[in-house]
Amino acid sequence: MTAPPGVSGGRSRRVRGRPLLYTSYAQDMALLDTRGKRIWTGVLVAAAFAVSVLLADRSLEVLAVAYVLAIGAIGLNIVTGYAGQVSLGHAFFVAIGAYTAAALSGPPGGETLGYGLAEIWIWLPAAGLVAAVAGVLVAPLATRLRGLYLAIVTLGLVFLGEHVFKEWKELTGGPGVGREAAIPQLFGYRLDQDGPLGTKEQVLYLLMLSLLVVFAVAARNLARSRVGRAFAAIRDRDIAAEVIGVPLTRYKVLAFGISSFYAGCAGGLLYCVSGYVEPGSFNLLLSVQFIAMVLIGGVATVSGAIAGALFISLLQPVTRALPALVPVISGDTTQTPNVFQVETVLYGLLIVLFLVFEPRGLFGLWIRARNYWKSWPFSY
Amino acid sequence: MAVVTPVLTFEDVRLSFAGVRAIDGVTFDVGPAELFAIIGPNGAGKTSIFNVLSGVYRPDSGRVAFLGEDLLSRRPHEIAAMGLARTFQNVELFHNLTVLDNLMLGRHHHFRYGAAAAVLWLGRARREELAARARVEDIIDFLELEAWRRHPVRLLPYGVQKRVELGRALAMEPRLLLLDEPVAGMNLEETEDMARFVLDIRDELGIPIVLVDHDMGLVMDLADRVLVLDFGRPVALGTPERVQHDPEVIEAYLGGTA
Repeated sequence: MTAPPGVSGGRSRRVRGRPLLYTSYAQDMALLDTRGKRIWTGVLVAAAFAVSVLLADRSLEVLAVAYVLAIGAIGLNIVTGYAGQVSLGHAFFVAIGAYTAAALSGPPGGETLGYGLAEIWIWLPAAGLVAAVAGVLVAPLATRLRGLYLAIVTLGLVFLGEHVFKEWKELTGGPGVGREAAIPQLFGYRLDQDGPLGTKEQVLYLLMLSLLVVFAVAARNLARSRVGRAFAAIRDRDIAAEVIGVPLTRYKVLAFGISSFYAGCAGGLLYCVSGYVEPGSFNLLLSVQFIAMVLIGGVATVSGAIAGALFISLLQPVTRALPALVPVISGDTTQTPNVFQVETVLYGLLIVLFLVFEPRGLFGLWIRARNYWKSWPFSY
Repeated sequence: MAVVTPVLTFEDVRLSFAGVRAIDGVTFDVGPAELFAIIGPNGAGKTSIFNVLSGVYRPDSGRVAFLGEDLLSRRPHEIAAMGLARTFQNVELFHNLTVLDNLMLGRHHHFRYGAAAAVLWLGRARREELAARARVEDIIDFLELEAWRRHPVRLLPYGVQKRVELGRALAMEPRLLLLDEPVAGMNLEETEDMARFVLDIRDELGIPIVLVDHDMGLVMDLADRVLVLDFGRPVALGTPERVQHDPEVIEAYLGGTA
């Protein structure tokens, strides 16, 4: 088979003023397929890096956590958004990643398990892989069940996990006590302490941002490959997918595996910032938070998952300020109504509102705004 | 025809659902570059035959061989990889995906790279994707789909969706194509377009076709041989002229007593 002309991607040229004119298949299939997208994505990423020296440490901390949550949300989007397998068990896989990372990097001989492997390039892939294995083990359920039934079974995982993590005190420290989180160390340099590269928050912010970029690009590549297309085919019409040659079981298992890998990595990183993990944090609310990120941001889009994670994370400082502004709302968990209840209600409300008015989420709003300005001043 | 080895042999296949005999002892074969049609009233078992062929249903008894290999023990995706492609009576496209992605999905089993290469989009993955994109462009050109490349298929008119589904089957580079009512619900102009594509597929691409349809005029015009079914039983098998004048066919299908 000889390659048709233009396939090698060697000669391709851009025509000024015709951003959608492609002269090679490589251009046609590029991730950032227009000049505008390339420039603005570059500006955005550069701005995100620049922010590390501009913002106060407290804000950087919030953003660093948001970036990690974005990695987790991208993971959920792979299995639920792209492959259409509704999972309420994302918090479970995040927990597995968090404890794998914490146990590997923790100091040996302490009160909780620790192997003293603090190098991030060891514990981060390990956290992802252990979670991925758990995902692969759970995946066969998805080949038996679909839709609501799968959602209920994955919901069961969260409760199962919650119980195990509360009881397994050697690993987790137990409820109310917790343990120290994964220690990020890169070639002997502690990334969670102030040092020559900047304050603790600045360094962690840069670490999380860089990792988010890597994970996001990987997810975009996956989405446009045969694997991502097979996921979408299973989501849209599973029988037809099988008849045209997509092995359903294999790809459902793969979707759960990859999604859990993302969740595990996110779990490992998530508690680096606060330095502390509590087994009670991996509850249903965390799963719902991830679902809210995906739905609010945009189903089956990577940029949407990131936008959703930022949205939910930046909402939290606002809601946490509520008790000071609205005296009815209490900051104490024992009182009703408290901020945490308000947050839960707010997530639910936002999910409902987005599903009714803009099912494509923030990504959809962006597309609408873009199309409006593309055709401006004409309405269509 | 005796010396030519058939592409597909379907031998005495029986399939029943809770006492309803969907396929009741049907036998036929399809030769290379033959356009073979199956007709019959609603519920005659036409689509059931397709579902047996593509591995969705498993028959109670009988033998089905494709290119000399047994089909009955295989999963649908394995059958697809052997080169058996089909379209569906009610369009079964991936409706959130673009025309391009739907066609690229047809090439799924031609790719060799795995998930790890996909994440990096380098080397083999990129090369294979670009080559597949070029092949898909040939199909877009062949089926005149240029105007719709980047449209999600759910937004397309019905006639175009039917064409995209045909394109997805062609993208598989099939060695046998099963078309389930390709002109159902189409107007005269769309029907003629589709008929032209079907003939081109056989004559230019040399792909044998099994066609199921209700449109008598179309079937009799296009087909080399016709199998007539009624309640899962074969009524007649032969050239369109012979079948049209078969008294049993006239009674069972064309209506009235001649």
